[in-house]
Amino acid sequence: MGLGSGASCSISLNTVLTPEQQALYQDPDCIRDILSRTKTIAIVGLSSERQKASYFVATYLIREGYRVIPVNPRGGTILGETVYPDLKSIPEKVDLVDVFRPSAEVSAIVDQAIEIGAMAVWTQLRIINFEAAEKARASGLLVVMDKCVKMEHGRFSGSLHWAGMNTELISARRAKR
Amino acid sequence: MSSDRTRKFGFETRMLHAGHIPDPHVGARAVPIYQTTSYVFQDAEQAAELFDLKLYGNIYTRISNPTTAVFEERLASLEGATGAVALASGMAAQFAVFMTLLEPGDEIVASAHLYGGSVTQLTHTLKKLSIKVHYVDPSNLKAWEEAITPKTRCLYGETIGNPGGSILDLEALAVLADSKHIPLIIDNTFATPFLCRPIDWGATIVTHSATKFIGGHGTSIGGAVADSGKFNFARFPSIADPSPSYHGLRFFDTFGHYGFLMKLRVETLRDTGACISPMNSFLLIQGLETLSLRMERHVSNAMGVAKFLAEHPKVARVNYAGLPDNPYHALALKYLPKGPGAVFSFDLKPIGGDAREAGRRFIEKLELFSHLANVGDARSLVIHPASTTHQQLSDEELAAGSVGPGLVRLSVGLETLEDLIWDLDQALAAL
Repeated sequence: MGLGSGASCSISLNTVLTPEQQALYQDPDCIRDILSRTKTIAIVGLSSERQKASYFVATYLIREGYRVIPVNPRGGTILGETVYPDLKSIPEKVDLVDVFRPSAEVSAIVDQAIEIGAMAVWTQLRIINFEAAEKARASGLLVVMDKCVKMEHGRFSGSLHWAGMNTELISARRAKR
Repeated sequence: MSSDRTRKFGFETRMLHAGHIPDPHVGARAVPIYQTTSYVFQDAEQAAELFDLKLYGNIYTRISNPTTAVFEERLASLEGATGAVALASGMAAQFAVFMTLLEPGDEIVASAHLYGGSVTQLTHTLKKLSIKVHYVDPSNLKAWEEAITPKTRCLYGETIGNPGGSILDLEALAVLADSKHIPLIIDNTFATPFLCRPIDWGATIVTHSATKFIGGHGTSIGGAVADSGKFNFARFPSIADPSPSYHGLRFFDTFGHYGFLMKLRVETLRDTGACISPMNSFLLIQGLETLSLRMERHVSNAMGVAKFLAEHPKVARVNYAGLPDNPYHALALKYLPKGPGAVFSFDLKPIGGDAREAGRRFIEKLELFSHLANVGDARSLVIHPASTTHQQLSDEELAAGSVGPGLVRLSVGLETLEDLIWDLDQALAAL
């Protein structure tokens, strides 16, 4: 249905953040802005196992046209892409840093995201670190926490709807191509 | 602060708009009927990724369909759910929930005030799968608690019990279920999300026979399962463990709060084949679009009819929680403040000691109430459960479900209230 069509309700389901925290770290306009401006996504903690959530997300994002760069100390290749041990080792511009690591590791990942000049840092469901989030925001990065990139992209692009899920998108305007 | 772009839209707006944004190619305002079995893949890689659930999309209408998806998302939006799966009927929806959650040897604790067909499914069909059911008096919280064993995997009840009209104490049951780390499953057919949203009170999963008030016109059979997305299935083996029927996929780990519904759709619905037709989804969507208007009239007519019957000398008892002297009135005020639905029963006084005969004769005399086995039509309906919907139940099971031999069940429709009262009055006069 195309990113950017119509008004959206903020979705408060399935998050442990308070409404105030949701306004800071789950703002739908901010999420749409990140998804539409991003070209390259570094996925920290991307697994090479086919049935892991991170692998689902990476496969989906590649199909949706994003460049995905795996970050994992184990190295090798995942989905045909070279795996880098950390963000600093990536030899190209990264727009979004997507985190699949425990909350305690987020702070060090944010430090590197700031260092490489990423536009945004995004932590997946139940990965929450407010100190790290505020550090990123203070350095001018956009921050999303306790959300899934695949679910949010699917929500705004219309494909999550095919699975019968509640996108909370309400609009009488014709979707954009 | 809520900006224009983060507005929480109201119930009526959701009835009309949720789940359907006019598509970019045609811009059809009404929801199109995608009467197709299957969907052309973009390429071989996309096909593989769809089958692998890496992408969201349509493969085959037995599993998902674009018209049905509108019905699903709209119902989820109205119930405050994270998503929904539509199925061929309410019975199929209920069965799919149990088939997704339960393993052989598991147990269910269920309200004894269930639709007769549900009792049969739980008692006999689930028994074939080695699943045991304990029925309890729904108003006795201690009975619910005492029936829970280490094998109990869920609690099950109806918001408004069929046909006795009992009201579940949803909040108390949700607290109990939560303390036992098991999901609370609520059938919300009689209430619809307009009168009660069980998820707001802590229910985990909501089931519907959409055939009833959601469709609202007696045209289409359909059912649905909506999930709050709030239950932690991490220690629930059927949802959390690697699935042998999907390449070892761990649904809760991979799909999080969508895990239960994804498993129900791509395994249970896939394997049992109880899919809804796109045409029926379309007709049920038409029902949803006027749900609030119809339910307001349904409950106001039901209240008028209940008051008339309560004062009639040939009526022994009226089981409508909207009446102040009903034992469930306080629960109705709490959970169903707009009105406790439009399906209720009443007991006729026996004729010559025979209440069953009184029920039979009364139904034969009615002119406007249609005698049939359904509820939730726009038209008023009547049935005598002891000889129809509940006839497969033993006398003990009938008594446990509070169904007497002279009990008559009404589904009050949208006709002129005075005409409904006229019809009941003339049929009672003929007894």
